[in-house]
Amino acid sequence: MDFRLNEEQQMLQDTVARLVRGEYSFEKRLEYSESELGFSESFWKQLGELGLMAVPFPEELGGFGGTGVEVQSVMTELGRGLCIEPYLQSVVLGGGLISQAGNEQQKEQWLAGIATGETQVAVGLQEPQSFYNTNDVETTAEKAGSDYVLNGRKAVVIGGHSADLLVVSARTSGSSRDASGISLFVIDANADGLERRSYPTIDGAKGCDLLLNNVKVGADALLGSEGEAADAIEYQVGRAISALCGEAVGVMEVACDLTLDYLKQRKQFGVPIGKFQVLQHRMADMMSELEQARSMAILAASVADEPQSDERRRVIAAAKNVISRSAQFISEKGVQSHGGIGMTWEYNFAHYAKRLVMINHQLGDDDFHLERYAALLEAN
Amino acid sequence: MNMNYTAEELAFRDEVRAFLDAKLPADIAAKVKGFRKLSKEDHQRWQKILSEQGWYATHWPEQYGGVSWTPVQKHIWDEESCRYGVPRSIPFGVNMVAPVIIKFGSEEQKQQYLPRILSGEDWWCQGYSEPGAGSDLASLKTRAVREGDHYIVNGQKTWTTLGQHANMIFCLVRTNTEVKAQEGISFLLIDMNTPGITVRPIITLDGEHEVNEVFFEDVKVPAENLVGEENKGWTYAKYLLTYERTGLAGIGLSKAALTHLKQLASRQVKNGKPLIQDQTFSQRIAQVEIDLMAAAISNLRIVASVEGGGVPGAESSMLKVRGTEIRQAINDLARRAIGPYAIPFVEEEMDQAYDGEFLSDPGAAPLAAHYFNNRKLSIFGGSNEIQKNIVSKMILGL
Repeated sequence: MDFRLNEEQQMLQDTVARLVRGEYSFEKRLEYSESELGFSESFWKQLGELGLMAVPFPEELGGFGGTGVEVQSVMTELGRGLCIEPYLQSVVLGGGLISQAGNEQQKEQWLAGIATGETQVAVGLQEPQSFYNTNDVETTAEKAGSDYVLNGRKAVVIGGHSADLLVVSARTSGSSRDASGISLFVIDANADGLERRSYPTIDGAKGCDLLLNNVKVGADALLGSEGEAADAIEYQVGRAISALCGEAVGVMEVACDLTLDYLKQRKQFGVPIGKFQVLQHRMADMMSELEQARSMAILAASVADEPQSDERRRVIAAAKNVISRSAQFISEKGVQSHGGIGMTWEYNFAHYAKRLVMINHQLGDDDFHLERYAALLEAN
Repeated sequence: MNMNYTAEELAFRDEVRAFLDAKLPADIAAKVKGFRKLSKEDHQRWQKILSEQGWYATHWPEQYGGVSWTPVQKHIWDEESCRYGVPRSIPFGVNMVAPVIIKFGSEEQKQQYLPRILSGEDWWCQGYSEPGAGSDLASLKTRAVREGDHYIVNGQKTWTTLGQHANMIFCLVRTNTEVKAQEGISFLLIDMNTPGITVRPIITLDGEHEVNEVFFEDVKVPAENLVGEENKGWTYAKYLLTYERTGLAGIGLSKAALTHLKQLASRQVKNGKPLIQDQTFSQRIAQVEIDLMAAAISNLRIVASVEGGGVPGAESSMLKVRGTEIRQAINDLARRAIGPYAIPFVEEEMDQAYDGEFLSDPGAAPLAAHYFNNRKLSIFGGSNEIQKNIVSKMILGL
C-alpha cells in the first residue's frame, strides 16, 4: 500500500504547478476572466504544448496514457491556481466521450486537435429541466434521410461560449427520462440554427446556454450507436467527477492555507485571532474536511478508468457527495474566519470560496449523489 | 499510488480468517455483534485462545512474547477481528501499561509483569483521571510521598474502566508539588489488594457498571513499583496516550456496526416495506456509509505512512474525532431503526438472546442503551475537543 504519487506523476504535477505559478497571479486571473475569451489563450496553448492536454489519451493517439491519478494531478494544480480554462470540459469530458463512443474515423478526426488544444470542446448534457439527471433529455434529434435535425435547449455549457465543437445529447427515441434512446452528436459551433447565449459565471469562468433550432448534422456527427449513449455519458461523467475531485482538493488546499495564514496574522484584542479556541477548532474542522476530501479523491481516481460496475458507481457518487460537502464547508467557514475581508472582491480568498461552492453545482450536487448512492445501497 | 494488499498481506489475511473461523467461539461472536454484555469469563476465555495462538500482544516486540506484525498486518487483524465479532481486548494491560514497561520499565518489572499480562493472570486498570483532573490531566492531585523504600499514596482516581475485575492498577501520582504540574508526576504500579484501596462502582446512564472510583488511603507501595524515574511520569503518560489514540477511531468497529444496522433495517418494516428501502432512512444510511468510506481511506493513508516508517501524529487526532462521530451516528440510526422499541429497558434481555417474550425485533433490546453508552466515544481517550486542540497545536501551529 502506498498513497504517494510515483516519480512520473510527481513530475507531471510539478510541471503544471510551475506553469500555473508563472501565468496565474491573482491580478492576471482577473484579466483573463474579464477578457472576451474568458480565459488565457496563452495558458491554454501552453497546456497543449507541454503535452498536458494529451494526458488522458491513449499512446497510439499521441497521448500520455494517463488514468485517474494523472488527470487529478493536473486538475489539482489547476485548482490551486483557480484556473478558468475549460480543461475539464474539453479534455476530460469532451475528449472522453469521443474516445469512448466515437468510431475510429471520428477519433482520428477530433482527438488529435483536442489533445493539443487546437480544438476546444464543450459538452451539453444538461437541460433547464434536467436537474443533474443526464437521462432527462428533451432535446430531440430526428432523422431526415441520412442526416439528423436537432431541436432543443442545453443548459449551462461551461466553455460553450468559445468552443469549436459541441458534444450534445439528444433524444432519438423514448420518452423524457428514459436511459435508452439518448444519442450523442458532435456539432460545429458555427452550425446553422445553433444559438449560444453566453454569460460569465459567478466563479470567474464563462459559459452559455445552447438553443438548437433545426440544427442539421450528418450521420458522421453521431457518436456511437443511435440511442445508446447513456452508458458512455454515465461513464465519462464518472471520470469527470474524479477529475473535478482533484480540482476541488487543490482549491480547498489553498483556501485552508489562506485561512490559516490569516488566523496567524490578524490581531484583535491584542493577539492573533488564531489564539482563540473557537477559531482553532473551526480551522481543525476545515483541515479534517480537507483530509476526508483527499481520501475520496484518491478513491475516485482509483476507479475512474476501471470498467463500469455498481462498485464504481457507488465510489463516484460517494466521492462527489463528500467533496461537495467539504468544499462548501471550507468555503463558508473560511469566509467566516476571515470576517469582512473574506467578502471582498479584491482579496483572493473570496474567489476560492466561490469556486468551492460552485463545484457542488457541477456534475450533480451532494443531494443528487446521496440519492444515487442510496439507490445502490447493498443490504449486506 | 497503490491501494492493494501485497500477496503476502493477502496470505496473512487468509491465515487470520482461518484462525477466526476455527477458534472464535460462536456464542462470544454473537454477543459482540449484537452489542450484548460480555462477562469477565468471556474475555478471559478469548484471551486464552489468542495467547495460545501467540496473537495477544500485537504491540510488543517478539522478545517479550509479542507479535512482530507490520502496521498493515495490524490493520488487517483489526479489520477482520471486527468483522468476525472478536471481543475488543481490554487494553489496559496488554496495549497500555505493557508498552510503557517495555520502553521505560526496569528489567525486574519486565520479568515480573509481562508474562502475567500475556497469561491473563493480571488484570490491569488505569488510574489517570481524577474528579478534578479530566481533560486537564496534569492537574492531578493523588499524592505519593516517599518514606524509606515505600511510597505512601493518598487520593482518588475515577472513571476506572473495569476496575472491579482488576488486581493491578497503573497510576499517575504527584510526587512533587513545588514544580510545574507536568514535572511533578510519577508513574506507579499498584497492587489493587493493598490495604487502603477501595473500589466503588459508578453506574452509567445505561444502567451499566463499567467504570469505578478508586480511593487510596495511606496505601503503601514498594518503591520498586515506580516506572522509570521519579517525576518523569508525564512523559511516559504521553507515550501511552499515542498508543491509546491509535485505534480509537474504531473504523473496523464502525464497519461492523454498519453491517449490523443494515441487517436490522432490512428486517424492520415501515409503510409495508423494509426500512432500508425507505427513502429517508436509506439516505441516512447512505450518508454515514459514505462518510465511513472516506474515513476508512484516511485510516489506510495513516497505516501506509506508518508502514513507510512515519510516526502517527496529529492525523490520528483528526481521525479519532471523525471516527467516533461516525460510530455515534451509526448507533443513532440503529436506535432510530427500532422505532418505539427503543423505549423498553429490559436489562435481562441484554445478556442473552431474545426468548420470545417481547414483540420487538430480537436484536432490539440493547440498542438504545448501546447508543447512550457510546456517547463516551467522543469523551474518552482525550475528548474530541482536546483532539482539536492537539490538531491546532501540532498541525496548524496555532
